[in-house]
Amino acid sequence: MLDFAALLPYSHVFIHGLITTVEISLLATVLGLVLGVTFAVARQYGATWLSRVVNVYVELIRNTPFIVQLFFIFFGLPSIGFKLSAWEAGTIAMVVNLAAYSTEIIRAGLASTPKGQWEAGKVLGLSFKQTLFRVVIIPAIEKIYPALTSQCIIVMLGSAVLSQISVQDLTYAANFVQSRNFRSFESYLVTAFLYLFLAILMRKAFNLIGKRLFSYRAER
Amino acid sequence: MSLVNIHEVHKYYGDLHVLKGINLNIKAGEVISIIGRSGSGKSTLLRCMNGLEKYQKGGITVDGKEVTTEEIQVRILARSVGMIFQSFNLFPHLTVGENIMLAPTIVLKKSKQEAQETAKAMLDKVGLADKFDSFPEKLSGGQQQRVAIARALAMNPKVLLCDEITSALDPELVGDVLKVLEQLAKEGMTLVLVTHEMNFARDVGDRVVFMHQGKVWEEGPAKEVFANPQTDELKNFVNSVL
Ligand SMILES: Nc1ncnc2c1ncn2[C@@H]1O[C@H](COP(=O)(O)OP(=O)(O)O)[C@@H](O)[C@H]1O
Ligand SMILES: [Mg+2]
Repeated sequence: MLDFAALLPYSHVFIHGLITTVEISLLATVLGLVLGVTFAVARQYGATWLSRVVNVYVELIRNTPFIVQLFFIFFGLPSIGFKLSAWEAGTIAMVVNLAAYSTEIIRAGLASTPKGQWEAGKVLGLSFKQTLFRVVIIPAIEKIYPALTSQCIIVMLGSAVLSQISVQDLTYAANFVQSRNFRSFESYLVTAFLYLFLAILMRKAFNLIGKRLFSYRAER
Repeated sequence: MSLVNIHEVHKYYGDLHVLKGINLNIKAGEVISIIGRSGSGKSTLLRCMNGLEKYQKGGITVDGKEVTTEEIQVRILARSVGMIFQSFNLFPHLTVGENIMLAPTIVLKKSKQEAQETAKAMLDKVGLADKFDSFPEKLSGGQQQRVAIARALAMNPKVLLCDEITSALDPELVGDVLKVLEQLAKEGMTLVLVTHEMNFARDVGDRVVFMHQGKVWEEGPAKEVFANPQTDELKNFVNSVL
């Protein structure tokens, strides 16, 4: 017999886990995207050596499992003197991960900028930086915005792995509760729905931000 | 002294010799039409005049300033040389007003209010005073091109370079853009136009430069060049387009 009421005494555990997941995901999304833009610019327009360094970083992250990156940061780094709490290690791992994926996505957007936009900036006397930030960047991000949104959601869902280093996130809560009341079906079902809810919420938030950033399209 | 001095300019794309010793002087207030077949080097010459393209030999000065492709030099040149492209190149995420105000505010450091006044005056000049708050994609091609002209004019350039600026337009929209150019010519703006509008070149232009195989093949007062071409190449060209 299913008994969802058996979860009720643990609702505070779920809420605490949910808050942790939201906190870490929010922080990782903001920092990851800021770094992603920075790295994408370096990768696309930077000196050859800088572009190469960024490329190595991107490929390293994109071609290794997230959980290994996480374990490396949490268990590996202390042995060379970087001791981090689970929460810190988890957040850093997510930032590093999202930054790499979003670098590649945003770079593709930058690369698709018509040459004429750069030339128009140039002949109006704008510097490279002014053209990049006043002219190029918004339409470039618009082109890849759906892909970027999906990537951020993937990384948020990927935060479930953080429970492996005992970050007390939503998945940790589910593990904890079902180990106490042995209601694993109910526990994980509710947890799955909470993740689903977060993913939908995140997509909605991205759409809302997108509507503001790209209002010139909506004005049709 | 001329406003634009082009002296023995050679330009290569790799092994391809595109400009083969161009000499051309343009006085302030002149309207010059550059005509010639596709591939003869018209765009390249124009793009060498404001530092968009490098040339390998010779020299170009505009308003006494040497033209190079270094960012600093290009930015200085941009204050005296405006350019309008075939594909408009408006900034899609900015309104018409913002498109025009961007460079005056961040390059010329004008106040927002001053830039806005200029923008409105320039829009009025091109007949689009009511489009200040529209986004480019809502305008027709002809309107977008006129906004591009207004945007260039807002920098108060000494010379305006136009590279086939009516070629991407529907035929019925060409007239509006040409009318704006004609008005600018009347006001004494120096214009260098790469164009296929032969009637315009003949009737509004002061001088016509016919380019062929990377050289200034023939040049002269507009009406004479069309009425009495000296070379077979120009004769053939004029016959094929008129
Ligand atoms: N970026 C480029 N790279 C290589 N060749 C080019 C480039 N731009 C133009 N060319 C070549 O230079 C020649 C002159 O081109 P262009 O100045 O565009 O001619 P026009 O404007 O008269 O049609 C052509 O042969 C063209 O193929
Ligand atoms: Mg051309």
